[in-house]
Amino acid sequence: MEAQTLYEKLWSSHVVREEADGTALIYIDRHLVHEVTSPQAFEGLKLAGRKPWRTSSIVATADHNTPTDHWELGIQDPVSRQQVETLDANIRASGSLAYFPFMDERQGIVHVIGPENGATLPGMTVVCGDSHTSTHGAFGCLAHGIGTSEVEHVLATQCLLQKKSKTMLVKVEGRLGLGVTAKDIVLAIIGRIGTAGGTGYAIEFGGSAIRALSMEGRMTICNMAIEAGARAGMVGVDETTIAYLKDRPFSPEDEAWDRAVAYWRTLRSDDGAQFDKVVELSAEEIQPQVTWGTSPEMVTTVDGRVPDPAAVTDPVRREGMARALKYMGLEPNTPITEIAVDQVFIGSCTNSRIEDLREAAAVTKGRTKAANVRRVLVVPGSGLVKRQAEREGLHEIFLAAGFEWREPGCSMCLAMNADRLEPGERCASTSNRNFEGRQGAGGRTHLVSPAMAAAAAVTGHFVDVRTLD
Amino acid sequence: MKPFTILDGLVAPLDRANVDTDAIIPKQFLKSIKRSGFGPNAFDEWRYLDVGQPGQDCSGRPLNPDFVLNQPRYQGAQILLTRDNFGCGSSREHAPWALEDYGFRVLIGPSFADIFYNNSFKNGLLPIRLTAVEVDELFAQCEANEGYRLVVDLAAQTITRPDGKTLHFEVDPFRKECLLNGWDDIGLTLRHADEIRAFEAKRRAEHPYYFA
Repeated sequence: MEAQTLYEKLWSSHVVREEADGTALIYIDRHLVHEVTSPQAFEGLKLAGRKPWRTSSIVATADHNTPTDHWELGIQDPVSRQQVETLDANIRASGSLAYFPFMDERQGIVHVIGPENGATLPGMTVVCGDSHTSTHGAFGCLAHGIGTSEVEHVLATQCLLQKKSKTMLVKVEGRLGLGVTAKDIVLAIIGRIGTAGGTGYAIEFGGSAIRALSMEGRMTICNMAIEAGARAGMVGVDETTIAYLKDRPFSPEDEAWDRAVAYWRTLRSDDGAQFDKVVELSAEEIQPQVTWGTSPEMVTTVDGRVPDPAAVTDPVRREGMARALKYMGLEPNTPITEIAVDQVFIGSCTNSRIEDLREAAAVTKGRTKAANVRRVLVVPGSGLVKRQAEREGLHEIFLAAGFEWREPGCSMCLAMNADRLEPGERCASTSNRNFEGRQGAGGRTHLVSPAMAAAAAVTGHFVDVRTLD
Repeated sequence: MKPFTILDGLVAPLDRANVDTDAIIPKQFLKSIKRSGFGPNAFDEWRYLDVGQPGQDCSGRPLNPDFVLNQPRYQGAQILLTRDNFGCGSSREHAPWALEDYGFRVLIGPSFADIFYNNSFKNGLLPIRLTAVEVDELFAQCEANEGYRLVVDLAAQTITRPDGKTLHFEVDPFRKECLLNGWDDIGLTLRHADEIRAFEAKRRAEHPYYFA
């Protein structure tokens, strides 16, 4: 048989039928549901008199709107509360494999709880009404975000209408330097290929630097595939994947486990498989990254400077850069390390897992929040992550440094709850989008790794984490 | 879904690349559990001078005179001209809902983000990809001529400019058929329910651990 890519294997194992123009009906194994993009889908289903096809595919939680402090007060914002209550009513009426409601001990960000509960398994198709569903591709799944109409379509039919994507291999070979993390790899990739570089592609991340990453690191990378324009990112299955999944609540057990593992080991691109595009990076050359603009592709290294639009010839790009610098309140040629921050956010589906918190805590230990930093939010990705961090004493390190230790949720990644930037405030953030207004109207976001965010929190400005002694 | 056949509409130019979904509809307005009513908050942070709150009546809010869509000549526009990678970011369908509710039926640009492109078709909104040169010409003509209109014919896959020149565009046959007829694709898929059930049974037998 011809050598196949991982994407081709995942695709072909889910095609129910195909139209003449290549539009295919793809079977969906796992449907993750949250409060923001599902109410209209459940309502549409009800209005059409349809029933959900297979509710045991559903794993649901409330994450986008939920507060991250004072849980004893419930959800204060009535509009947010209505959305969470609507989710609650819909899921309780439909049924699900698992539902982790607001304040449940396993509640958390949908892209954190799926994997940590073993609800995301290799070989699955995983969808969710959220673009960062690409995260789950770290497990050798075909995982991508869908719109609300598609949420309704999956609820009603257990399928999606899709066209096959082109394939791209992003190969990162070599060893990462000390203090350089998965977040820096993916920001460097986006800096290289651009935010539309992956449009129309499913990206597989490979090479020795990717294989050396933990599952947490691989999730960080696949999470941001969408910021490179690719709906799906993925990593082939190896021993790291299998070790992570062993004994998770929804992982198979005993004979089923052995049978699953035998299949999962086949979920990698065959030697000699052909990709439509290959991009190669050297891990040794990747430095800690900091974004300076309003798109994740507007990124440079921590020892770099804010670029000068005057040096750019393409008028659309030049004006885009100038507009970004104006919004960000930055002058061309400013050294990145001279940019001071007002807030720091450590959290989000990109970087709120235990390894991320360990990385941030390692930098924070024995240091305190810089005087010019108004607030440092540390928001664990789930209740399980929170308790694990507390068992390890990480929260004490954060609290001793003057950081806030919050309840799990999406929080200031998109500021749908009360956690947000004030107009003009500048933030070092471990999240995934630095769009205008993303963390609060007028807020200015710089994307960095957890270690770099912690370093900014304790020094008050961006600093190369490798230079802290 | 509203069918789309032919549109003769006023064109508005949004001369920016990478217009993201947070710009199209800021997240504070995603808390609604309805599909309609997002139009007054489309491009909220660019369009108004104040900070908008969900549920607020937008009719009395101060408009930003520098935002192109606020210019009198573009009022009532149904065709939005834009640059590369329009709709990047979130999968939120609130973005096409907001554009459709604002009054747009057609988006023209050199490229669109994948999820946004897909979501648009589900809501009677036609995103059209043209070459960068064709888009440049449309921008130039639109900005130079007040009341600039285009005729978009989905069945013929053509855009006709006021100077008589016709541009051809590509669209997937399946999406085209659905949009021309206003078909609900769930209904179409359910016609194949037996095939889905057969596939599911086979998958369950081969990989029971996905069905726990």
